[in-house]
Amino acid sequence: MSVLPYLVAVWVFLAGCYGLATSRNLIHAVGCLTVCQAATYVLLIAVGYRDGATAPVYSDIEPASRPVVDPVVQALALTDVVVGATVTALLLALVLQISKRHGTVDPDELSELRG
Amino acid sequence: MDHPNHLLPLLVAVPLLGATLLVAGGRRLPRAVAETAGCAVSAATAGLAIFLVLQSSPPMVEWVGDWVPRDGVSVGIMLIGDGPGLGMAALASLLTLAALAYSWHYFDEPPRRHAGSFPALMLLFQGGMCGFAIAGDLFNAFVFFELMSVVAYALTGHRVEEARAVQGALTFGVVNSLGAYAMLMGIVLLYARTGELAMAQIGRRLDEGGPPDALVLAAFVLVLTGLLVKAAAVPFHFWLPDAHAVAPTPVCMLLSGVMVELGVYGTWRVYGDVFSGPGGIPAPDLERALIVLGALTAVVGAVLCWCQRHIKRLLAYSTVAHMGLFLIGIGVLKPEGDGGVALYILGHAGVKAALFACTGILLDRYGSVDEHALHGRARKLRGVAALFGAGALGLAGLPPFGTGLGKALTEEAAGPALTVLFVAVSTVTAGAVLRVGARVFLGLGPKPEEDPSYEPYETTGSGERPETRRRLKRVPDTMTAVPALLLAAALAVGVAPGFATVVDHSVSEAGSGGAFTSPHWTPAGVLLGLTSTLLAVGLAALAVTHRKGLPGEAWTGPLRRLQSGHIGDYVAWLLAGAALLGALALPGIVAG
Repeated sequence: MSVLPYLVAVWVFLAGCYGLATSRNLIHAVGCLTVCQAATYVLLIAVGYRDGATAPVYSDIEPASRPVVDPVVQALALTDVVVGATVTALLLALVLQISKRHGTVDPDELSELRG
Repeated sequence: MDHPNHLLPLLVAVPLLGATLLVAGGRRLPRAVAETAGCAVSAATAGLAIFLVLQSSPPMVEWVGDWVPRDGVSVGIMLIGDGPGLGMAALASLLTLAALAYSWHYFDEPPRRHAGSFPALMLLFQGGMCGFAIAGDLFNAFVFFELMSVVAYALTGHRVEEARAVQGALTFGVVNSLGAYAMLMGIVLLYARTGELAMAQIGRRLDEGGPPDALVLAAFVLVLTGLLVKAAAVPFHFWLPDAHAVAPTPVCMLLSGVMVELGVYGTWRVYGDVFSGPGGIPAPDLERALIVLGALTAVVGAVLCWCQRHIKRLLAYSTVAHMGLFLIGIGVLKPEGDGGVALYILGHAGVKAALFACTGILLDRYGSVDEHALHGRARKLRGVAALFGAGALGLAGLPPFGTGLGKALTEEAAGPALTVLFVAVSTVTAGAVLRVGARVFLGLGPKPEEDPSYEPYETTGSGERPETRRRLKRVPDTMTAVPALLLAAALAVGVAPGFATVVDHSVSEAGSGGAFTSPHWTPAGVLLGLTSTLLAVGLAALAVTHRKGLPGEAWTGPLRRLQSGHIGDYVAWLLAGAALLGALALPGIVAG
């Protein structure tokens, strides 16, 4: 098992964070947050991977006849996707409302809350 | 009931079901019915939580759907019903009930023709908090963490017509979700190492694997980053004042009273169950990390609390300061400290929720939460003034409030040097609240000067819209009864005979199982509580007699400028905080 998928997960997470920190558009920022979350998918799937294993579906293979990848992390990834969809939908709705009330989606121009 | 552990899932299921029914039927229900149903469901859950907490010795374990472990391997969902978990669930439920009662009939919430939406969101919030409190495995802790967070974002931005509300909610959402994803990365690393998700089992496997290495440290830093974002530890705290200043008052009561405290609870639980063994993080490293971050949080929170004129924001910073004290309390890693923090959290929840409730009355009556604009305007609200003053004294730790007892016990565990910090922080935060009370309710001192040419870097609190349909002519009884009851409860935590012993016992039973002590008021504790109260009164008196603010306040400029309201800045601080946490926990790993 190579270390590459783990490095990819770290890189994707940090790339998302960089995008969030330097974002000039709130829709872009919410997109960057989903990039950070994509890193968790990569990490989850990488953790469950086994060399030469197949999908953990027992409809067409005999149980214990050949190795399968870890089904637990796949269930976790699925739950994670659902959580992410909820968060993204809600945050995008808030961005829409910010655009209506503030007339901008540039975080540099939002100055109502400070100090 | 033979097996009360089978009732544990109901703590989550009942509020979720109630919320679903309210959403489905809310359009057809008249407002009074929807609100009564919301109160009834949240009260039933609170009753269940209290029933279960009375049965929680020895701690209960429930494998949902009967997916019990086979040959020591588990894939099921595990719920733990011990004293601290069920206690937090009971606290969350009772505060939800208080917030629903406070908003009953008067709170004007969008969407107009859907009476069930606000109570339904509150019930979802309650279900998420209860679930997080009793989750026994890390992944479900993450799911419930996200559930309560998402509902909290929605509730914060509930008044979608308000420009500030949606901005605060988005900041809250981005920062907290990023923290949650960091936490999930940490959980996955722990699963990769141990093949387990249940906290206690992960801890056992880590201990079998020998001394900690870089992977354990990375997992620790990532999991704690998520929890400390929720707990609003500096430098993860920036979202909290922005969210608390704009959230509707009943929501503020829940956010400040119990949600951020769940971050401290989660830190305590994760460290105790997962990282406290020989394969985890060495105790001196955790102690260093939590005490440094806690002290930083307490000082920054207290200083910025003093500087505010937006009353809700002031109370929010006081919550930040107290979170620092709680982190120090669990950071000294003594059973007495844990028990003290538990009492402190209970007392603080009552006091802080009552203070927010009083501020909400000001907002609905006068259409402002600006200390300067409200100067002397609330002279007629004598009852509210008494409640606000009592809340401020409770915040200072005046005996016999529960906050005073919790503070005294934690100080005793933390030692003399940190005791000075505890007294100073309680003094400054309570002094700021007393200053507001003296100016707003009594009209004491000269009206603070406004220099129109000079635009300070702050959020003033003027231009806020009342949360009721029209400005209140007289204060409804429910809105004054709720803070009065909350303060009475905070008082009861300190004076009810045997209550402190029960709390301390259940915390030490669930935690390290250390020596069982019988906590009580000591002369030193009473003296320290009185000292901080007197100092707070003195500080407030000094402040109201100075027209231009106390000398030294100008120095806080750079600190205030950090709170820029910019999401990018907050994310950068979050990453810096995670790096700091790693650096603080590193030495033991390198040496070990």
